Amino acid sequence: MNNAVPDNKSLTQSRVSVDLKTWGPFIALLALAMLGVLINPAFLGLDNLSNMLTRSAFIGIIAIGATFVITAGGLDLSVGSMAAFIAGVMIILMNSLVEQFGPGLTTILLGIGASLLLGLCAGFINGMVTTKGKIEAFIVTLGTMGIYRSLVTYLADGGTLSLDWGVRDIYRPVYYGHLMGIPIPVLVFLMVAVAGYILLNHTRFGRYCFAIGSNEKVAEYSAIHVDRIKTMTYMLQGVCVALATIIYVPRLGSASGATGVLWELEAIAAVIIGGTVLKGGHGRIWGTVVGAIMLTMIGNILNLTDAISNYLNGTVQGIIIIVAVYLQRASWRKSAP
Amino acid sequence: MHTRNHPLLSARRICRSFGQNQVLFDIDLELVPGEVHALLGENGAGKSTLVRILAGYLSPSEGEIRLEGELRRYRSSGDAEADGVVMIHQELALAEQLTVEENVFLGREIRRGPFLDHRAMRERCRTALAELETRVDPRARVKDLSTSDQQMVEIAKAITRDVRVLIMDEPTAALTEHEVEVLFALIARLRERGVAILYISHKLREIERIADRVTVLRDGRLIDSAPMAGRSKEELARLMVGREISDMYPERTELASDAEVVLEARDIVVPGAVKQASFTLRRGEVLGFGGVVGAGRTALIEAVLGLRARSGGEVLRNGQPVALRHLRDAVRQRIAYLTEDRKGKGLVLNMGLRPNLTLLNLRAYCRPLIDRRREEQAFKEAVERFDIRLRTQAATAAELSGGNQQKLLLAKVMSIDPEIVVINEPTRGIDVGTKHQIYHFVRELTEAGRSVILVSSEMAELIGLSHRVAVMCAGVLTGVLEGEQINEQEIMQYASGIKGVGADEQRRA
Repeated sequence: MNNAVPDNKSLTQSRVSVDLKTWGPFIALLALAMLGVLINPAFLGLDNLSNMLTRSAFIGIIAIGATFVITAGGLDLSVGSMAAFIAGVMIILMNSLVEQFGPGLTTILLGIGASLLLGLCAGFINGMVTTKGKIEAFIVTLGTMGIYRSLVTYLADGGTLSLDWGVRDIYRPVYYGHLMGIPIPVLVFLMVAVAGYILLNHTRFGRYCFAIGSNEKVAEYSAIHVDRIKTMTYMLQGVCVALATIIYVPRLGSASGATGVLWELEAIAAVIIGGTVLKGGHGRIWGTVVGAIMLTMIGNILNLTDAISNYLNGTVQGIIIIVAVYLQRASWRKSAP
Repeated sequence: MHTRNHPLLSARRICRSFGQNQVLFDIDLELVPGEVHALLGENGAGKSTLVRILAGYLSPSEGEIRLEGELRRYRSSGDAEADGVVMIHQELALAEQLTVEENVFLGREIRRGPFLDHRAMRERCRTALAELETRVDPRARVKDLSTSDQQMVEIAKAITRDVRVLIMDEPTAALTEHEVEVLFALIARLRERGVAILYISHKLREIERIADRVTVLRDGRLIDSAPMAGRSKEELARLMVGREISDMYPERTELASDAEVVLEARDIVVPGAVKQASFTLRRGEVLGFGGVVGAGRTALIEAVLGLRARSGGEVLRNGQPVALRHLRDAVRQRIAYLTEDRKGKGLVLNMGLRPNLTLLNLRAYCRPLIDRRREEQAFKEAVERFDIRLRTQAATAAELSGGNQQKLLLAKVMSIDPEIVVINEPTRGIDVGTKHQIYHFVRELTEAGRSVILVSSEMAELIGLSHRVAVMCAGVLTGVLEGEQINEQEIMQYASGIKGVGADEQRRA
């Protein structure tokens, strides 16, 4: 009976610190939202909220893929250029299909299919080169980042690729439409998040990602096909990029060399703010979702106030990223016995 | 007649403890100029601890060190090196990205004014390497060198100092035969020059050739210290071991005479580690693997299980050839592997206990999502069966004690219900009580008709548990001992290459 007392104590202690770690990003998001309301009550307006969530969907979907890559100890810098490249190819393909199929559903579905296939292949290449070539992910994806960026510039001949107007009209609702009052991009974001959550926390694949990111040797000695799993995380990332692109294309109906610039860093920032450990071994999907929303929210709040110039968006984002990670590290340190 | 000079470096009544665990007891040692002093002992006898104390890497808990009669208290290896006491490491301690000359002069660069004098350093480095008869380029990066060349650089680093006492911890482990000859010639020259040399090796043949004096340690105690002249290798081997095996070990399972072969390895070759090794394992048998660290036991086992690339050989399971390219293939053949590196390869330390337990056989807990309740149940069973003691609520594997980590790892490995269990160094760094439990567990396995491969550097463990003992030396499986042959002297002789396959070649060399 005697030793039950210290047991309970340490149990509650650890529970408190776990709660802080898990709920930290959510608390920060709430604080930021409250700040938004204080600055301008219009922040809570339904239009503003739905607009903000819609905008965060691109980065959010990409960041969910990045959560897997980073959890398994990898990194993908190529996602922004990959999105631009996929968008470019999609537009060219759909424009040329118009002649054959007309500006109908077939054209769009083929474009979407091509987009997913491209994402899958691009991720496969990143994964294979990293694992089989035994080159650091940073270097490989830095390389592919440059490749995709230059390819889309080349395809657009230095200018802008524009989607056929007929196709654009039909494709438009994918970005601007609503289902049950919720913008479609937000719905897709939510679905990807739920699927990602289940995959990361309730399947073998997710468990293996954690193990590989924590200690690749242990994973290997646990009979896990380490290279295969790592490659799969990059493919998953590719699919996420493709999904984001599918939603992105109808927004502007164009792609250029400037599409998706710095998305990779925003995605990584969202993942890190959400509590995923950059060197791998621990990942949180809901944290990533919160991180992506927070990044958009900062811009949104700055838009609603005159106190800080909109041009300082990057400064505020930068500070928040560093503070968020500092707080996480501090709580890690405290909870260590 | 050889007259004994005054000792240069003398250690008196050295004791050392790590926490509760005392590893050295009242050791006296004297190193005399111009003498090669060999230090012998089994793994864990305390040799490395002793020389690390002499070279300033560790401080003694008790006792004193004197240099030419003067009391010295080394607080770091730098202090000792300033006195000319230099140690060549068993594990190479070179900065991989630097060049050879940068390594040789690391921390004591020759300067001209504020700038490095590259020419002087290169000259001296070249002279030292020439003395070692190696063709290593002083400008080569260390990471591009072979292990044996790296070892030569380590030696060059030592001899470019004004060395008075040279301590060598298994210097020949990574060297080729020719390089060993060169090293011995160098040792002879240094001895002429009046350097005191302390030489640690498992290879009795080497010691017989170069040692003037031999000191034997066993279980942290000094057993014997006397001139080498007139002593035989066999006598030394007996001194090194010669301890009673207590009733730590349960009775061996009776092996049926017609027990079938469940696993066979034929002519396994691992480049740079194993030369054409073959062995068989029968149902219900414990096959021990003996030999010194680095003899190629782990390489052989891991090559058989598909964890390492091999360049030749085949594996048969129940008489059928099987291709084991990945540990997953071995798991499918119901072979389990318990690694020797619990923390580096066995458990994910920052993960919870349940996910660690189920990681090897996660498939069994999926339908298709991971069933947490089934995981929890498996964990409860494992805690019961393997007697894992949970201090409060340990959240991660890192929070368990060494013994309990080992039991958790054992439970993880057993989760595939294996027919063959390969255990590598099962009792490294764990307490006696847990050791005992693990030995009984091995017996339970064989009683249930499973087979065990036991790789161990603890002689007593091999003798106490194995039906047969395969011994390796320098990548060669020198012999498989049975029955009466399984004793410490015999294993030692096979492990140091005095007896068995390949002994002739080593003799000729």
